[in-house]
Amino acid sequence: MSQNIDKQEKWDLILKAGSSEKNYWKDLWRFRELFYILSWRDIKVRYKQTVLGAAWSIIRPLLTTIVFTVVFNKIAKLQNPGNAPYALMVFAGMLPWQFFSNALSESSNSLIGNANLITKVYFPRMIIPASSVITSMVDFAISFLILVAMCCWYQYLPSWHIIFLPLFILIAFFCAFGVGLYLTAVNVKYRDFRYIIPFIIQFGLYITPVGFSSSVVGERWKFLYSLNPMVGVIDGFRWCILGDSMSLSSLLISLTTTLLFLILGLFYFRKMEKTFADNI
Amino acid sequence: MIKHEGKENYTALRDVLANNAKKIFSFSGWKPKKFTQEEFWALKDINFDIEAGDRVGIIGRNGAGKSTLLKILSRITEPSQGSIKIKGRIASLLEVGTGFHPELSGRENIFLNGAILGMSRNEIKKHFDAIVDFAEVERFLDTPVKRYSSGMYVRLAFAVAAHLEPEILIVDEVLAVGDAQFQKKCLGKMEDVSKNEGRTVLFVSHNMGVVAQLCTSAVLLNKGTIDFIGSVSAVVDKYLRNQSFTNEFQHNKEAIGIKPNFIKSIKIKNEAGENVSSFSFDQHIVIEFSCQISNYTPDLLIGIGMQDKTNSRVFTVVKEVEYFFNPEISEISGTLKLPNSLFAPNVYSFVFALWTKMGQIHDVAENVCVISIHDNGTSLAAFEGADYGSVIINPVWKSC
Repeated sequence: MSQNIDKQEKWDLILKAGSSEKNYWKDLWRFRELFYILSWRDIKVRYKQTVLGAAWSIIRPLLTTIVFTVVFNKIAKLQNPGNAPYALMVFAGMLPWQFFSNALSESSNSLIGNANLITKVYFPRMIIPASSVITSMVDFAISFLILVAMCCWYQYLPSWHIIFLPLFILIAFFCAFGVGLYLTAVNVKYRDFRYIIPFIIQFGLYITPVGFSSSVVGERWKFLYSLNPMVGVIDGFRWCILGDSMSLSSLLISLTTTLLFLILGLFYFRKMEKTFADNI
Repeated sequence: MIKHEGKENYTALRDVLANNAKKIFSFSGWKPKKFTQEEFWALKDINFDIEAGDRVGIIGRNGAGKSTLLKILSRITEPSQGSIKIKGRIASLLEVGTGFHPELSGRENIFLNGAILGMSRNEIKKHFDAIVDFAEVERFLDTPVKRYSSGMYVRLAFAVAAHLEPEILIVDEVLAVGDAQFQKKCLGKMEDVSKNEGRTVLFVSHNMGVVAQLCTSAVLLNKGTIDFIGSVSAVVDKYLRNQSFTNEFQHNKEAIGIKPNFIKSIKIKNEAGENVSSFSFDQHIVIEFSCQISNYTPDLLIGIGMQDKTNSRVFTVVKEVEYFFNPEISEISGTLKLPNSLFAPNVYSFVFALWTKMGQIHDVAENVCVISIHDNGTSLAAFEGADYGSVIINPVWKSC
């Protein structure tokens, strides 16, 4: 039995009911390798025992672009107000949207999908949805290569705005991460969200300027429309790649929403984290 | 909190909303479904200290709270009240093969599992060959783990975990899987890790023998509270005594009619014929038994074995049924008197079997009739509680 060595001995860790872990951020650093290892696992597993393998990551976005171009451009005859080819406009909008929707749907189910880890091992749980978003980033990177190929095909040189592209990528990342964190945490307790999320994504596709350009949106809807965080991101993408005009106010509103979601997501996730192992 | 209404183990938003919506209509006399809640403390008033280098066994019945305790120490669940102070890195092994993905190969899973358990990539690379060697799966390293046999799977999983290098190791009944050779290997490795490298080990097991071999002290949990903390043999003793075994065995009525030959009853008595379960060292123990023999063959045997609390056999005696058999009645009964002043003061149980010389077993009763033998003045009385063997003998000493 120890005799009051407590005062002299320095404890590494003290676990108490309801304590906010100061060690959490240190732990995130200690387990940093897990971020990439869990993504690596998801990517490796995805194409095991498939014939086409990694080719699927190129085929999927390509097919969607082709369908969109055919339907909206050739059939519905929607035109791009800017001077870039329609297919490129669609793709430039589709790229971040695919990233966001994939990241969101994967991260929302990530905690439940990894239930076996959560009940048996300790590591900061935030790593799980983060690694889902990172996995989607990898897909994004591959699709980006397709974009580059398309630019070459159309012999289109992007404007100098392209140097801002990483900024918008970052905003898209935080947007997906923030919303994903919140949804995945709430999904552990209320499984209804498993059904709500695909609906949100489908609905989102119509209110986000993927198939159309932001300029078609009327003035009186502009504010409401800009509350959608992806509006700012996609407009930004189009501005960077195609030089399309972009409204700054719209961007600022979207940015605020993104920040809000991020803070909300982080806060809620940390609050619920302690109960994950019990609820899952 | 445990809820007693509803079979789902998670809350659905629709139920919460529906219940809240229904409350609005309660004025019409309709009452919404009430969830009766009951507070359930999986663990309460747990206080103990563990020093560096201790090897502590945690034992208790199923549902005593052992796994919950380990989960709290591993930071998987948060304590509702109280605090835990830890110095040193903890690695916990609550399940073998945590995080193993069936589609990935053995090699990939080693890196995955190692990272999940807290090893850095460099550490894994350093120990990679040792891990593969321990698991003996070198030939199958690049096949997906879903093709492994269950034995290979478990060996690989344990191999990774065995090479963790934490200051504190928490192990939860993971040695219960695998064949005997593997268990021996795992135990050897754990002993190696704890005795030679001085790590602190918390070990949960139902196997008293393993706990006795590995641990320096033990904690007995009972229904969420600490029953007893002390030396391993004292704690195991208390654990076995708590299990209310009787010193009597009666045959299970359901099986009558299925087997032609079976054990009917076994009773332990003292020389005076009284039913007792507690003996002093110099008392004779009398075992009274009766068996039903409907299908007599001359090669039928009765065997009685006595086991200590780690289920190691102390002695076995065998007698032909012929000795007891009377062709006119289909039942045999007899007694057996054990020598006195021989068995070391301890807790023992018996195993009883009815079988033939060729190995065909007709009936067997294991771990029945628990008795305890008390010291009443042996030469080793001062050492009571320690493990000094199962017999006390009087050899002839001579000084040369």
